[in-house]
Amino acid sequence: MGEMKKAGGSQLNRRDAVREIISGQPELAIVTGLGSPTWDVAAIDDRDRNFYLWGAMGGAVSLGLGLALARKDLDVLVITGDGEMLMGMGSLATVAVKAPQNLAILVLDNGLYGETGMQQSHTARGCDLAEVARGCGIADSWQVSTIEELQAVRERVHTRGSVRLLHARVATDDLERVMPTRDAVANKLRFRAAIDSSQERQREDI
Amino acid sequence: MAESSWQAAVFDTIKSSGIELVAYVPDAGHSALIENSIRDLDIEDVVLTSEEEGVALCSGAWLGGMRSLLLMQSSGVGNCVNMFSLPRMARTPLVIIVTMRGEYAEFNPWQVPMGSATEQTLRLCDFQVYRVERPEEAAETVQAAIEMAYGSDLAVAVLLSQKMLGRKKWVK
Repeated sequence: MGEMKKAGGSQLNRRDAVREIISGQPELAIVTGLGSPTWDVAAIDDRDRNFYLWGAMGGAVSLGLGLALARKDLDVLVITGDGEMLMGMGSLATVAVKAPQNLAILVLDNGLYGETGMQQSHTARGCDLAEVARGCGIADSWQVSTIEELQAVRERVHTRGSVRLLHARVATDDLERVMPTRDAVANKLRFRAAIDSSQERQREDI
Repeated sequence: MAESSWQAAVFDTIKSSGIELVAYVPDAGHSALIENSIRDLDIEDVVLTSEEEGVALCSGAWLGGMRSLLLMQSSGVGNCVNMFSLPRMARTPLVIIVTMRGEYAEFNPWQVPMGSATEQTLRLCDFQVYRVERPEEAAETVQAAIEMAYGSDLAVAVLLSQKMLGRKKWVK
């Protein structure tokens, strides 16, 4: 096998990365992809403006896009992992076509399927998700593998302009599972109340 | 493409029902609805690479309080199966309009396996399923589907029969 660009070797702790990105952003609406990103965000801050996926693999970016299009006043951040992103890769092309200025995506890439026994993912074997995003048309797509690099790009991740994607190569540590609610209805109601969509926009005929 | 009156009536219905986002994978049977949605500046039109994206997209739109509609061909239903767990778990309303293939005067045998399984698949995935066989029923049925989905937080599918849609013209 020839030499390929691979994940692995990063010392960036995934929860440090999440903390660095979401701290001081109380208004941000966060959607998490299933598995470790859900545990990471719950571990850092189980806030009312979090919507956690425990399934629907491949759907996190699409869910975030729908929310961003429905609520242009709200800044939306999707936090997902490499396996979930690989399954929903087409959604990056869809997001690029719509290019919502209030949507950002953070991919925590450890090159592993953590929930199923730490098997290597495609990103450990040559696939570069920042390049995939760029190829889909997401020009504001950055890759980091240290906390300093992440801090350097942090403001750009939070700055509206077009859709942004931060591809963070993270360490492979298997961290404590901090589980938020599994009840998606309860999560939905809490989330919608927090972002004030608990009432559908008033219409005259209902 | 000349727009038949039932297609115009369906578009009027989705407008009066408060739909503000229309997601689709390009499809001949839905072309008038898609073109109208693109032209309408008050509707977000979202072209998808795969139908399952639309399932998650519509759930996300509802988290933000927006009503949406997902258009697909019967083959697309098979692409969505696991993603249908999202509206079911979160009880987010979902309305899909499905143009049927593989059920009447079908030229392409590859459309038959999924076309034959579409309705049962949707029922297994907890959808309410309405079938439309006659053009004059289309708009009323779509309206009923939207009312039911958004009134009861359910997933509702409207199947447009291939007999009503007409034979696909293969020779150009």
